[in-house]
Amino acid sequence: MPKIPTWFRVTRWIVLSLLMVFTLTPVLVMLSSSLKPLQDVQGQWRWIPSGFTVRPYLDIWHTVPLARYFLNSLIVATSATVCSVVIAIFAAYAVSRYRFRGRRLFTVTVLSTQMFPGILFLLPLFLIFVNIGNATGIALYGSRAGLIITYLTFSLPFSIWMLVGYFDGIPRDLDEAALVDGCGPLRTLLRIVVPVAIPGIVAVGVYAFMTAWGEVLFASVMTNDDTRTLAVGLQSYASQNDVYWNQVMAASLVVSVPVVAGFLLLQRYLVAGLTAGAVK
Amino acid sequence: MKARLRRVGLPYLLLIPALALELLIHLVPMLVGIAMSFKQLTQFFIRNWSGAPWAGLGNYRTAVDFHAAVGQALLNSFLVTCSFTLLVVGLSWLLGTAAAILMQDAFRGRGVLRTLFLVPYALPVYAAVITWSFMFQHDTGLVNHVLHDQLHLTSGKPFWLIGGNSFYALVTVAVWRSWPFAFLCLTAGLQNIPRDLYEAASLDGAGVWQQIRRITLPSLRPVNQVLVLVLFLWTFNDFNTPYVLFGRSAPEAADLISIHIYQASFVTWNFGSGSAMSVLLLLFLLVVTAAYLFVTSRRRGAHA
Amino acid sequence: MQTSRVIAASVMAAVLTAGAAACGGGTSTNKTAPKTLTYWASNQGANIEVDKATLTPELTKFEQQTGIKVKLEVVPWSDLLNRILAAATSGQGPDVLNIGNTWSASLQATGALLPFDAATFAKIGGKERFVPSALASAGAAGKDPAAVPLYSLAYALYYNKAQFQAAGITAPPATWDELVADGKKLTTGGHFGLAMEGASISENIHQAFVFGKQHGADFFDAAGKPQFDSPQAVAAIQQYVDFMAKDKIAAPGDAEYSANQSVTDFATGKASMLLWQAAASNLKAHGMAADAYGVAPIPFQTASASGPTAVNSMVAGINLAVFKNTGNLDGALKFVKFMTSTGEQKILNIAYGSLPSVTDAQSDPAFSTPDLKTLSQVLATSAAPLPQVANESQFETLVGTAMKGLLADAAAGRPVTTATVKAALTKAQQQMPTS
Repeated sequence: MPKIPTWFRVTRWIVLSLLMVFTLTPVLVMLSSSLKPLQDVQGQWRWIPSGFTVRPYLDIWHTVPLARYFLNSLIVATSATVCSVVIAIFAAYAVSRYRFRGRRLFTVTVLSTQMFPGILFLLPLFLIFVNIGNATGIALYGSRAGLIITYLTFSLPFSIWMLVGYFDGIPRDLDEAALVDGCGPLRTLLRIVVPVAIPGIVAVGVYAFMTAWGEVLFASVMTNDDTRTLAVGLQSYASQNDVYWNQVMAASLVVSVPVVAGFLLLQRYLVAGLTAGAVK
Repeated sequence: MKARLRRVGLPYLLLIPALALELLIHLVPMLVGIAMSFKQLTQFFIRNWSGAPWAGLGNYRTAVDFHAAVGQALLNSFLVTCSFTLLVVGLSWLLGTAAAILMQDAFRGRGVLRTLFLVPYALPVYAAVITWSFMFQHDTGLVNHVLHDQLHLTSGKPFWLIGGNSFYALVTVAVWRSWPFAFLCLTAGLQNIPRDLYEAASLDGAGVWQQIRRITLPSLRPVNQVLVLVLFLWTFNDFNTPYVLFGRSAPEAADLISIHIYQASFVTWNFGSGSAMSVLLLLFLLVVTAAYLFVTSRRRGAHA
Repeated sequence: MQTSRVIAASVMAAVLTAGAAACGGGTSTNKTAPKTLTYWASNQGANIEVDKATLTPELTKFEQQTGIKVKLEVVPWSDLLNRILAAATSGQGPDVLNIGNTWSASLQATGALLPFDAATFAKIGGKERFVPSALASAGAAGKDPAAVPLYSLAYALYYNKAQFQAAGITAPPATWDELVADGKKLTTGGHFGLAMEGASISENIHQAFVFGKQHGADFFDAAGKPQFDSPQAVAAIQQYVDFMAKDKIAAPGDAEYSANQSVTDFATGKASMLLWQAAASNLKAHGMAADAYGVAPIPFQTASASGPTAVNSMVAGINLAVFKNTGNLDGALKFVKFMTSTGEQKILNIAYGSLPSVTDAQSDPAFSTPDLKTLSQVLATSAAPLPQVANESQFETLVGTAMKGLLADAAAGRPVTTATVKAALTKAQQQMPTS
């Protein structure tokens, strides 16, 4: 659009400012509350802390084993993401490049899992894990492995869906050219298609990571003290007697910073990635 | 011959990991859950669920008997969830589209602004929603402080976490969390529209608003088809937001179906009933999705 | 080379997963070796780390005495019931665990807990050692208890001495009428007489129970069928809700309190009275000195109440249960005996500010603070257990939520009449399972 009329500019300024206030106010609340002593937080709301203190940032590591929860979340989310992306790439490549019997059925089945309410299969899943544990001795309940497997499956449907769309957007001629050069299908996938699809893969990876990072319901049942993740662990600041609001805010900020930073670093890829994947 | 077999078998091989995991984690537990819905699975039988007595369609009958309290509560919850989802998806889409279109052209600070808008999507859900519950508190919350003490917009301090206003508090939090995702998808979609279309249109004398209506919005249709469906499903099934905002018992005005089912199964130890409600929810979502895909695909076919 | 990089990444992913799975943290298994036990403790202290610090020395003591190593896990309340549920369903759980005593009947109905019959009681030192009212909260009447009481608590009326003096009130109220009168004297200019935790389902139920008993209403009849909307029950609930609706001695904002904000209000002097269980450690944490408040038994309907209506507290507390599927029954019972021994009861209850569940430990001078003395008197004479029926948690959820709604109405200024209370209770009753 060559010339931008004034009304558009004014509208833009107003709307974007309002959106910014709406978006950032809670973040500001988190920041301000994390620097207040507990009495301040439980009393009337004040914009500026009466007694500015960084105590909460020191206490959060002792009240709750935050470092351990952080590490657990990191391990679980990263493993789930890597595995989910790899499996989704293979599955999406099959669906995108091959016409085989049952292709429709597979796509529909995988998509329909998005409609299941999580509560419906929480207990059955736990039962299955226990039975596997009894039968084979591999303990999936209470372990990070069980959580990893669960989370990677949660993010598979949307990941496959997105990647299929993205792979569809990559012209077949690339594949043909590789075939002519003597590459088998797997080689084609790994050497030709994947490098072109990096943005889409990054997009899918971010989505899988966020899914695993923030999941609460299954984590509360499937973990024990050693393997508890952040999403559930943050709730431990609300104890029997008291809710340490200022520490909750401080802990939330601390655990969010690396995620937001990583997310924003990859944002460039994410935007480009969703482009071709969403357009069918 | 061997090469041909290998080629035919390859797609299946590639699919096996995904299929195996889906079976293990999603499908088999789902079937077990469906089986549970036909049983009278209360605390008496939970230890040996397969030995629980068959309830036939009993759980379903109770769930849809809208004259009795249980069915009535479920119906109310369903209606609340429908209006909640429509509002949230509509508002998120609207805000996302507005922001995406307004930020299409470069201006100073655009990159920073785009970054900041994505923060709600990146924050862990517990932290974000707890902060909102904190802000909505009647006596000590920011919202009432601004509305009542500083702006004098209301005569008294309204309640946001209990009573009728809890619905709007819930919608606010949900929109806050969802609109950045819509913004993201739409920004990506906008980048696919070739510039020359706009050049040609403005040469023809079309104004900005006309260009948005005639070029931008139609080009976003494929993105919107996916986006709206995904937002709908995720919002309808949202458990974390109401759970963290209201705890185990949500006020009637904000009793979302996922919390309602959680109460009916986990909190009151009646898993047969909870499973039946979940299956009904699943059927509803299947029907809606099928209808949606049918309508939108047909429309796309007509335009293509 | 692109291929090898991707393959390497995939291999690393697999290895990561396998590694994470291998060192995947502790698991609860019922294949316990005879020398170990898994114990799920509940969060009783200020936070989980405090609980660990309190319990670990005792567990070391136990190990020295018996040679059995106890693997401790302190489970936060937000997770505890879910995990017990999953354990009951799958048969995979701890050996010994803490349960809230109101869960006893529900968990007993699942059959997942070991019943304590005469023989089992003999192994842990005998049934007579326990405070009778505490033991009555460990399972349905007429059946063997499914757990033994561990820590005991009761409700009391906490009042702000200075504010009482300033208002010219010489003694804490002994009847509800006196409480309302006192409350009205104290409610002036943003300050309120009574702090209520209106959005907490459990607090609502605990108060409803007391009022119910005082009005002669049993929420379940002799056959175990729910009767929530009897005239007495309606009167009971209405009396409680009226503190906010009619008498206006509680702040409307209290209707959304569910995170112990009422305790904070009392500690900071915003409210003059509080109905709470064993608030001493909580108040101390908020900076309220022990001599700034007084502790009195919760009021009755009339000054000379006696008989079945002379109840002014539920029997609150934590029970210790044994999982039926335990692989180390012998060790588990030894552990129960250890935790309920006189010495340990004294140590643990002093640490947590609660009362011992065994009578011979109650004589310790540490339990003679005014706070605990009042509580132990209440426990011994005028406390009653919540209905020990299998549907107890449904009852708690449905009636507690109904009360939350009524208090929300009161806070918003909507009318709360006998009719609306009855309607809410009838609706709650209709949602109870019919079997």
